[in-house]
Amino acid sequence: MQGHQTTVAGKSPAAATLRDASVRFGSFTALSNITLDIDAGDFWTILGPSGCGKSTMLRLVSDLIPAASGSLEVFGKTTEQARLAREFAFVFQDATLLPWRSALSNVELPLEIGRSRGATIPTGDRTPMELLEMVGLKGRENALPHELSGGMRQRVAIARALVCQPKLLLMDEPFGALDEMTRDRLNLQLLDIWRETGTTILFVTHSISEAVFLGQRVLMLQAHPGRVKKIIDIDLPEPREIKIRETPKFNKYCGQLRVLLEEC
Amino acid sequence: MAVEASVDQDREIDTADEAGTDLENSGNQRLIEIAIPVGTAIALILIWQFGVRIFGVPTYIAPAPSDVVAVFSDEFPLLLRNFWPTLYESVTGFFVGNLAAILIAVAFVHSRTVERAFFPIAVFINTIPILAIAPILVLIFGAGLTAKVVIAALICFFPTLVNMVRGLQAVSPQALELARILSASKSEIFWKMRLPSSLPFLFSALKIAATTCVIGAIVGEWIGADVGLGALIIDSTFNFRSPLLYATVFMSSGLSVLLFVLVSIAEKLIVRW
Repeated sequence: MQGHQTTVAGKSPAAATLRDASVRFGSFTALSNITLDIDAGDFWTILGPSGCGKSTMLRLVSDLIPAASGSLEVFGKTTEQARLAREFAFVFQDATLLPWRSALSNVELPLEIGRSRGATIPTGDRTPMELLEMVGLKGRENALPHELSGGMRQRVAIARALVCQPKLLLMDEPFGALDEMTRDRLNLQLLDIWRETGTTILFVTHSISEAVFLGQRVLMLQAHPGRVKKIIDIDLPEPREIKIRETPKFNKYCGQLRVLLEEC
Repeated sequence: MAVEASVDQDREIDTADEAGTDLENSGNQRLIEIAIPVGTAIALILIWQFGVRIFGVPTYIAPAPSDVVAVFSDEFPLLLRNFWPTLYESVTGFFVGNLAAILIAVAFVHSRTVERAFFPIAVFINTIPILAIAPILVLIFGAGLTAKVVIAALICFFPTLVNMVRGLQAVSPQALELARILSASKSEIFWKMRLPSSLPFLFSALKIAATTCVIGAIVGEWIGADVGLGALIIDSTFNFRSPLLYATVFMSSGLSVLLFVLVSIAEKLIVRW
């Protein structure tokens, strides 16, 4: 499972490289001169005040919006090439399932799209059924989205994102609308998935503790215009368990981020 | 958050309570639910029956329900003979009008220019009373079935057009972003997202159309026809055959109900989300 992105030299290639990348909407600058190297296999969390361009950054990397200036590459390709090759997948805040399709059929959607044009669609090691099992939805594959809880729907969305075995997973506050307990459970599940698949994850959140708990590195953005405030390495024992949130080290990171957030 | 949770809990308890009483009295409750509307209808028919008899209202002004029932059994072949053409015109008009509306809605969604060009015309046609446009269409298409089908189609057209355009645009922005990330083509977005998400909207319109297409066919028959429920309505009115007129009216509304029920069943089978 690990193998697909380690190179001979042992050093992993960059998952995403941004050089002075800016995004403008008319006269409004959403992101200004972002320079960033995201190594393959890393788990980054992105934190910042509202309007700082967290979501914009994911949309820039995923080719949903173009860069006004500067350059960026995803696995050495342009974002468009990476999109066509299905190098990355996106998980939205709202599960964005198609309500008329069953859970299984929603997971299969990425495999159906592009087939008629003869595009090569990478299929992962796991079948859609196995992915649903992995996210704990065995037995619910025929349920329609409205028959599932919010947490279950989001897990279907994660299974759908993994179906083409993306090397980069972009997550835009995926657990923001869920209750605390469901969120904790899904956080742990996501860490398991990350370890198992070796995928790179960019995870936007507005929760400081979620950012520290999940991320190896926290990218703090600053608003007006959106720019990098600071990158903080989170050095906590792996694999992470819920109880590390009680440790002084964890709380020290949270405190540090809270101070930074207040400065923004 | 906590408040929401407790509200949710309350709601669950409420529904649990309801479920409990349902289990105990489900038989009684269902009986009452059916008995109330049926009882009211029977009572009104009885009042009508005795009112007409007591006040000695002449049959040609207002026939008693018993007269209407008698005509139903005596003249059933006549009623049926006039039922089939109206059914045919309504159903054909229903399909033609809705199909045209669906195709034009697709064109509107694909091209803003087409929408800008033709939407005002669609609104204009819709503002003309159907009674005013019917004679024009009879002049153009003659006294045969075609004019009635066109009128029935026309009356279905506008509600379906408006609803279908809304339905095709009802795909969430995030679903469109998902489509873009999957590099979906325009036709994939249409078949896999826009069309399915328009179905609930389409069926709302089809339910309206199921009843209005019958009105269209009957109005068409008023203008010029020798067969059909509309022709029978005119004929029985001018000949003071009021019981037959009433029977024909019930027959027409029965036709509307039938089409409405068929569309509702189709909706239940197709729109399951």
